Amino acid sequence: MAGFIRAGRINKMNPLAGLQKIGSVFIAFLETAGKLTTFMVSGITHAVRPPFYPRIIARQMMDIGYYSLPVVGLTAVFAGMVLALQSYTGFARFSAEGAIANVVVLSITRELGPVLAGLMVAGRIGASLAAEIGTMRVTEQIDALTTLSTNPMKYLVAPRLIAGIAMFPLLVLVADIIGVFGGYLVAVYKLGFNPSNYLQNTWNFLTFEDVASGLVKAAAFGFIVSLMGCYHGYNSRGGAQGVGTATTNAVVSACILILSFDYILTEMFFAK
Amino acid sequence: MNVPSTNPKISLTDVKKAFGRKVVLDGVNLDVAPGESVVVIGGSGTGKSVMLKSILGILRPDSGSIKVDGEEVTRMGASDRERINNKFGMLFQGAALFDSLPVWENVAFGILAEKRVDRIEAKEIAIQKLSQVGLVADVADLFPAELSGGMQKRVGLARAICADPEIIFFDEPTTGLDPIMADVINDLIVKVTREVGATALSITHDMASARKIANRVAMLYHGKIIWAGPVEDIDHSDNEYVDQFIHGRAEGPIKMAVRA
Repeated sequence: MAGFIRAGRINKMNPLAGLQKIGSVFIAFLETAGKLTTFMVSGITHAVRPPFYPRIIARQMMDIGYYSLPVVGLTAVFAGMVLALQSYTGFARFSAEGAIANVVVLSITRELGPVLAGLMVAGRIGASLAAEIGTMRVTEQIDALTTLSTNPMKYLVAPRLIAGIAMFPLLVLVADIIGVFGGYLVAVYKLGFNPSNYLQNTWNFLTFEDVASGLVKAAAFGFIVSLMGCYHGYNSRGGAQGVGTATTNAVVSACILILSFDYILTEMFFAK
Repeated sequence: MNVPSTNPKISLTDVKKAFGRKVVLDGVNLDVAPGESVVVIGGSGTGKSVMLKSILGILRPDSGSIKVDGEEVTRMGASDRERINNKFGMLFQGAALFDSLPVWENVAFGILAEKRVDRIEAKEIAIQKLSQVGLVADVADLFPAELSGGMQKRVGLARAICADPEIIFFDEPTTGLDPIMADVINDLIVKVTREVGATALSITHDMASARKIANRVAMLYHGKIIWAGPVEDIDHSDNEYVDQFIHGRAEGPIKMAVRA
């Protein structure tokens, strides 16, 4: 109630309060964008300059790549299965069932493989990176690194960026194969397609660019997920709650950026 | 440049730092001579940690000068900063051990990072440093989460002294410990600082700890050093702020800000 009255009074005194609010949100946005860019550039320069930390890079690769396989595999197999079933519903209406294999393999390799794997791993890895680095921040472990002649950007952020960029394409390659296999299962065992015809169609329509464009996307998404996890964790403030906020922000921002960069990259490939 | 030995090891001149509109350090002046142990006392939120982090280069002061061995460090580049930080060891308030690494790797982290030794040698040094702070070799392979608060502090201390630093910083070394363990840590601090021959700068609000580890005490209040003198003089400082603080009285010139 008191807040209401106070807010009302301020509005009466200053009719521009609304504009002021918009302005301050906009300035805060620019500030964040600037901070993020600086963080990104610093992360990249540390990632390409020695000293490197092979042990940590290897451990991150295990975490991001190997341990994400079950999640990515399950997502891909169901995505492929649904895709076969749905496209059959549509194509049967104008007797184009033969195109299903084609649609499944193109959708998986160009789009669903990278995006679904990216989103799933954003949840898994983005959250754990932000929570781990955020906890290190609030317990002063990051400050401790500085006092022990170790640059935290180089020790914490760079290995995770490298691992993200390197492992995502591999994960997506696996997702592509499993996704196509899911489509094959439904087409052959449920819709009664001839197995060899289906595989023939899959191979015939697939080009190198389809797979490659998906893998390029995957590398970009891997970078986004690692960057968001590290950035939000690194800048977390104020104890357990701050780490919680950082984790949420890391996952949400990674997902949004994945979807928007998916469009941007698709358009770049489309133009060619 | 020829620096006479009487020059201070650390010298802060008119150091200022504000976060937004909140002024935390408002012109801090403090000299720490080589080999001496200075304890900065002051209530919570008076800027003690900010002062320490400014010297360490984790925070950058808005103005003023911080010199380490006569070298201005506030506007230093990254590589010079690293060279200066190699002279430092620091015991953090919550020990700040890396929980993904076993105890010995924590202790030897600095010397491993500088590639002074290989891993086998580093572990031997770590075990030796652990014994210096009263921990047995078995602890070396445990993880920090398996240790009690007092043991974590000891490991933190072992890590701080591992690279034989010239200057050691102690951030509230006794906070969160029971009185007996606090005294054990105080004794260890005095012992290891003497053994390493280091200059020590501590911040605390624990007067028992300050009396034990300090040669000289300085009191920080509202972002300024309002009193500094030998630890023996602290009971007759003729400063009502210091009197109120060391006796822990709620009534007096220091008004606790209830809201930040």
